[in-house]
Amino acid sequence: MKLARAHVLVCGGTGCTSSGSEKIIEALNTNLEKYNLTDEISVVRTGCFGLCALGPVMIVYPEGCFYSRVTPEDIEEIVSEHFLKGRIVKRLLYQETVEEDNIKSLNEVDFYKKQKRVALRNCGVINPESIEEYIAMDGYKALGKVLTSMKPQEVIDEVLASGLRGRGGGGFPTGLKWSFASKSVDDQKYVACNADEGDPGAFMDRSILEGDPHSIIEAMTIAGYAIGATEGYVYIRAEYPIAVSRLQIAIDQAKEYGMLGENIFDSGFNFDLHIRLGAGAFVCGEETALMTSIEGHRGEPRPRPPFPAVKGLFGKPTVLNNVETYANIPVIINGGAEEFKKIGTEKSTGTKVFAVGGKINNTGLVEIPMGTTLREIVYEIGGGIPNGKKFKAAQTGGPSGGCIPADCLDVPIDYDSLISIGSMMGSGGLIVMDEDTCMVDIAKFFLEFTVDESCGKCAPCRIGTRRMYEILEKITNGTGTLEDIAKLKELCYNIKNSALCGLGQTAPNPILSTLRYFEDEYIAHVVDKKCPAGVCKALVSYSIDPDKCKGCSLCAKKCPVGAISGEIKKPFVIDPNKCIKCGVCMETCKFGAISK
Amino acid sequence: MKSLEELAAIRNRILNDVTIRNEGSDKIRIVVGMATCGIAAGARPVMKAMMEEIDKRKLSNAYVTQTGCIGLCRLEPIVEVYMPEGEKITYVKVDEEKAVRIINETIVNGKVIDEYTVGAYEK
Repeated sequence: MKLARAHVLVCGGTGCTSSGSEKIIEALNTNLEKYNLTDEISVVRTGCFGLCALGPVMIVYPEGCFYSRVTPEDIEEIVSEHFLKGRIVKRLLYQETVEEDNIKSLNEVDFYKKQKRVALRNCGVINPESIEEYIAMDGYKALGKVLTSMKPQEVIDEVLASGLRGRGGGGFPTGLKWSFASKSVDDQKYVACNADEGDPGAFMDRSILEGDPHSIIEAMTIAGYAIGATEGYVYIRAEYPIAVSRLQIAIDQAKEYGMLGENIFDSGFNFDLHIRLGAGAFVCGEETALMTSIEGHRGEPRPRPPFPAVKGLFGKPTVLNNVETYANIPVIINGGAEEFKKIGTEKSTGTKVFAVGGKINNTGLVEIPMGTTLREIVYEIGGGIPNGKKFKAAQTGGPSGGCIPADCLDVPIDYDSLISIGSMMGSGGLIVMDEDTCMVDIAKFFLEFTVDESCGKCAPCRIGTRRMYEILEKITNGTGTLEDIAKLKELCYNIKNSALCGLGQTAPNPILSTLRYFEDEYIAHVVDKKCPAGVCKALVSYSIDPDKCKGCSLCAKKCPVGAISGEIKKPFVIDPNKCIKCGVCMETCKFGAISK
Repeated sequence: MKSLEELAAIRNRILNDVTIRNEGSDKIRIVVGMATCGIAAGARPVMKAMMEEIDKRKLSNAYVTQTGCIGLCRLEPIVEVYMPEGEKITYVKVDEEKAVRIINETIVNGKVIDEYTVGAYEK
């Protein structure tokens, strides 16, 4: 290949793919051919850049131009102006990067400034389908180092010393897990990777697999060497087709280059990797259920102990880590535990990736050093709340987590602080909520999810979560009583203590944490029969302010059920018996006369 | 691949190719004037020759980019070399042969080729 004078990196993550980045690549190739530039400009499809809200995004080096929200129609202009004549197409630049007509580096933009990309180090930088580009970024160097100069125990000691904790949510020290598995004696051991990312809104594991699949292969091979395993399984959701195909390409390339297979680096160590597709059951993200599913059985959890490190996959000692956890391993081996510990806090070292979504300007993927505050994530990296609304709470940890209210915006984000305020790190979904969000409704949303996803094996989860959901439904319908709230609390407590697996044990968390910080909203629903945020339909009534109404009749025309009537140029009225509370009238009114 | 040396060899071979993606101010920026005047005077072959030479010599401390009309159309093709320390050298009436020499002397050895500069030409 000839040396290209410019590289165009187009995000090929799922986010940008769904906003059309494949069409962009197509248009780029057509236009580069048209202007005879194919030899000079190289187009690279990369993993996620993180700024999904601005997709499809592309970055052009050496200038470092960050084009956002690009359409296929814009491509000809970019090619003919920028690539051919060197004139940057300013109107398409991400405006944050433009400062007094100069382009500033992406690293200086608010969104990236506070981030520290460790697990995502190669995402959006390399072509994930090229093992050679991964190698150029020090890929497989850690594996080489481990196999040629370290004993298995030294590898475990290094990981232990780094303080790395499980990024899947539990926060169990990774090195400890490895050392348990290494101490178990058996003829066969396994390494497994949990890529069954099921939390609503979380997509960091997908992005790592899509953007840097080789880092997972390298880390799993290192784990295999450390504990004495020769086989590994990656359990990944079938709903992640791009990630699955890139991982498969990466595995094939690794085999071709001798990074997987027999006698790797001439060390006598063999390791092979398989992909297992999950059918999308949330419970299969729970470690014992995941392993049961890999074995080919129905994905149901089993009681622990025995822990996987003793008796895991196929009854053999197994190390099971999350994708993001593995992504940190090569960095720890290459740079050393001491260097890694410099990032983050004392008890939570390193970084954490969050998928930021909800009512926030910069939705996307961010990686921050542990100890960063929620305020920094929401207001600096995330760019604040749209439409000048007020921050109400952030939900972390998905259906197993809890919410963090505005008073706790300055709590540093690490495993222990989050648990102390009643939430948890979880896998890293972070949903921002503004004043228009009803907390009871949010709890109900997550409960609905758990009810759906409960595997049904144990009664507390199968029956208990449904009962909790029914109570929440009563409350949001306006028929709840104070006794219901008391019963809800009792149920939460009992389910937490009696469910078989993590899914059931953590299912009450969304209720517990909303009750802890927003009990007044529950009370408002039950006692005053009001939904303060105006979300719960049964508790909302729309009315027209006769002073503001000009009698234009627009709302009456838009009302789908004919609940609004009146005479032209006189105030209209809503018939509450007919009204279905769809809110169309309020959106339609140009005078702000309708309120709820 | 069985040895660390082989791994390092792949790394070094590809590194030059992807190093362009590291934003850094420690690199030499070579700017070729590529407006209509530059292209008409032969800027494209000049740029290509520079790219080929950089590739051949595996230089990772410089990159080539282009710009619009510099304003001295009669002296095109113009190549400007921005040193990381802030110094700027302007070469005029560059052809493919001169381009290769610029890479070899200025980029590799840090030596200014006086007779190609705008200053020398204007005398």
